[in-house]
Amino acid sequence: MKTGQVLNFTLNGEQVEVLVDPAETLVNVIRKKLLLTGTKRGCEEGECGACTVLLDGKPVNSCLVPAMKAHGKAVVTIEGISASGELHPIQQAFIEAGAVQCGFCTPGVVLSAKSLLDRVTLPSEEEIKTELSGHLCRCTGYVQFVDAVRLAARKLGRFHDRSGGDGGAGRSVV
Amino acid sequence: MNVQAYLTPRTAEEALEQLGRYGGEARLIAGGTDLMIWLKRKKYTPRVLIDITGIDQFRRLEFTGESLVIGAALTHAEVALDGGIRSLVPVLAEACASVGSPQIRNIATVVGNVVSAQPAADAAVALVALGAGTEILSRDGRRTLPVEELYAGVGRSIIDSTREIVSRIVVKAPGPGSGSAFMRIAPRQALALPVINVAVVISTAGGLITGARIAIGPVADRPFRPEGAEKFLAGVPVGDPGAFAEAAGMAGRESSPRDSLLRGSADYRRHLVKVLVRRALEEAAGRVDACKEGMPQ
Ligand code: FES
Ligand code: FES
Repeated sequence: MKTGQVLNFTLNGEQVEVLVDPAETLVNVIRKKLLLTGTKRGCEEGECGACTVLLDGKPVNSCLVPAMKAHGKAVVTIEGISASGELHPIQQAFIEAGAVQCGFCTPGVVLSAKSLLDRVTLPSEEEIKTELSGHLCRCTGYVQFVDAVRLAARKLGRFHDRSGGDGGAGRSVV
Repeated sequence: MNVQAYLTPRTAEEALEQLGRYGGEARLIAGGTDLMIWLKRKKYTPRVLIDITGIDQFRRLEFTGESLVIGAALTHAEVALDGGIRSLVPVLAEACASVGSPQIRNIATVVGNVVSAQPAADAAVALVALGAGTEILSRDGRRTLPVEELYAGVGRSIIDSTREIVSRIVVKAPGPGSGSAFMRIAPRQALALPVINVAVVISTAGGLITGARIAIGPVADRPFRPEGAEKFLAGVPVGDPGAFAEAAGMAGRESSPRDSLLRGSADYRRHLVKVLVRRALEEAAGRVDACKEGMPQ
C-alpha cells in the first residue's frame, strides 16, 4: 500500500485534487501525476531553473518544493499562460528575438519573465538580468533573453493599451 | 523516501504538540530548499514533515521601538524587498538579495538560512554582524540565543528541528549614526556560493567609530568575527582610509581560509578578506553620512 495525502490546488486556473506522496516534489506531481510535461526536470537541486513554475504568482523551483506546499494555492505552469493553443505575447517575443533554441530552459524562463512583467511594465536591463538569474541556458547565450523580455514588454504594452513611459517606470526589484 | 504525512499547523503551540507526538520522528520544514535535497540524500529520514510557514505569527515582519523582528516563515525575497530593512539595515537586505536565485529567495526562509548552519550563508553572516538574537520554542518553554551561538559545526546547528522551533530573529535596530554593508565575491552573480563574503556594521558618534562588528564567511566552521580588527576600529575617525586599510589587514590575518578547489587558494581568499572588509567599511561609513543627512534635526 502506498501512503498518500490529498492535495488540493488550482493548477492553471482549474481546481485539481490529487493523491500524492507527502514529500513528493511539485515537479514530479505536475509531470508524472498530472501529465503536464512543459515543466522540465534538469538538475533537481535548484541550480538550473528548468523546473520553474509560478506559485501564487512567484517563480519557484518546483524540484525543491514539496507538492503539499501548493495545497490551497495557485500554480501556473507554461501550459497555463495562454488559452486554447495560442501563444502568449511573451512566448511570441521569445520566438521573434531568437531566444529559443533547444527549448529545454524556455518554459521556466518565460514564467520568470511573466512574473517580472506582471510587476514591472518596462523593466530595465538590470531588472531583467536579476529576475532571470536563476536560469541556466546552454544554447542562447542569454543576450536574446533580455531582447525577448524587452520586446515582450512592448507587445504587452500594446496589448493592454498601457501607457508606456521611461525605462525607469515601474517598481524596481532588488 | 518514507515520509508518511505532511502537516500544516496553524499555531506554534500546535506545531510543538505535533513534534512532541512523533517523539523525534517528525522534522520541521520551512522553505525546504535545503531539506528537500537532504531528504533525497537520506541525510534525514523523518516519518513526518511539519510545515511551519502557514503559522500566522511566523509571518510577521515588524519594527518595534528598538528592534526588528523577522518571523520564521519570512523569505529572503520578503526581507530583501522590505523598504524599512533596506533603509535601516541595508547589510541584511543586501545579504538576503545575494542568496541563491530569485526562485530560491521566493521560498527559502531567513531563519532556515541560520538553522542550516553553513558558514557562508549570506543572510546568517549579516545577522552575526548585526548581533541578532533568536527566539527558540520547545515543549520546555522559550529561550533566546544569539545567532552566533547556534553553530555546532559546518552544516550543524545546535537547534534540533525534531524538537524545537526557531520562531523569530530579533535585530536591535542600529541607531542614528550607524552604517552597514554586505559584500561578496563569487564565481558568478547568481546561484554561486561565495568565495568570501563580509558583513560590516559600525556605530559612530561625533565623527568617531564607537563600535564595529565584522562577520566573514566561509573562513571557519561558522561566520567568523575578527575581534582584533573590531577592537582596533573603536575610536577611529569615520572614513579614515588608512585606519580602514589597517583594520582590513588585521581581519585578513585573523581569518584562516582554507585552500579549496571550489573557492580558490587560501592566499587568494585571505587577500579577498582584506579587500572586502575595507570596501565594506568604506561603504558602511558612507551610509553613516547619508543617514545623518536624512535625519530630522
Ligand atoms: S530542475 Fe529544478 S532547478 Fe534544476
Ligand atoms: S534554449 Fe537550450 S537550454 Fe536554453
